[in-house]
Amino acid sequence: MIAFWILAPVMVIAALGLLFVRKAVHAALLLAVVMMSLAVLYAALEAPFLFAVQIIVYTGAILMLFLFVLMLVGVDASDSIVETIRGQRVLAAVFGLGLGLVMVLGLSQISLGTAVGLEDANAAGNIQALANILFSRYVFAFEVTSALLITAAVGAMVLAHRERLTPKPTQRSLAAQRMKDYAELGTHPGPLPPPGVYARHNAVDTPALLPDGTAAESSVSRVLAARGTVRSAPARAEDIHEIEGTLSGATHAGRDAVAPATTTEVTPATGEDSE
Amino acid sequence: MDVTAYVVLSGILFTIGCVGVLIRRNAIVVFMCVELMLNASNLALVAFARQHGNLDGQIAAFFVMVVAAAEVVVGLAIIMTIFRTRRSASVDDASLLKY
Repeated sequence: MIAFWILAPVMVIAALGLLFVRKAVHAALLLAVVMMSLAVLYAALEAPFLFAVQIIVYTGAILMLFLFVLMLVGVDASDSIVETIRGQRVLAAVFGLGLGLVMVLGLSQISLGTAVGLEDANAAGNIQALANILFSRYVFAFEVTSALLITAAVGAMVLAHRERLTPKPTQRSLAAQRMKDYAELGTHPGPLPPPGVYARHNAVDTPALLPDGTAAESSVSRVLAARGTVRSAPARAEDIHEIEGTLSGATHAGRDAVAPATTTEVTPATGEDSE
Repeated sequence: MDVTAYVVLSGILFTIGCVGVLIRRNAIVVFMCVELMLNASNLALVAFARQHGNLDGQIAAFFVMVVAAAEVVVGLAIIMTIFRTRRSASVDDASLLKY
């Protein structure tokens, strides 16, 4: 019962969080908290088989499926606050409060008496006892379950399948396209230059320097440029000096003032780079 | 040990899931709330199995889990298909039958 009183508030808070968090990933993680706590409660209720199944099926399979779909759909697909039906939220809250009150008051007024407990039923082991019932009294439902599972698998395959409408590009056609782009648009046919690699630091957000000292903009990722986190080499060098100075004080005093101040700060390009 | 507390907790979780289905707009989160309701009913089933001293409730909870797994597979595939055609996972955007 101690586990229950610890876990019950956690579960209720996590479930309430499911109503209020904006991001779907956070909702999935809160649901994971609820499901793991439920597994512990199953263990406390003398259902060790369901404890394992809850963790394997729910948190292992179903929640992973949710997270996969969230990654496919886009993690930042957050909820809109716009109400399409006016007053729906208020009505839903009133309805929820009413339902909750009825449930809690009604259930707390009845008394179920002392629980019989599962010591007798679980005498030969919980899994053995469950198997005995499952494969005798519920064997038909069990067989129907197999039809349900195969239907679900086939349905998911049909829904997720997409026919290829255009032929798959071969390496030959890709190379031909690249040369055609070079001939017509002047696009560089080779790979993009790597980011800056310097004697004392290298990082993907620092552009490489061209022979004339300017930064090669195509050497940093388009994503970093759009985010505006591209650094220039001298700025990086100043950072390193600062950190070195705070770390070792005067020991490296002789190595100061070496920053190669040849480049200018790269303005982050928000548009499309040529690839 | 009394199982009433477990049943009350199950009722609270079910209510929260119910309200979540009503107020959330993202189809995936709505789906998660449905899962929460299924889980809440599972808790009640397991609690009552302990109350009555037989394992039928646990078998029922087991079947609910199987059905929930199948339902999630098909439901998420449907959400994926809708997202592919409409570029949105909001339940408000799938309103083609209205017009």
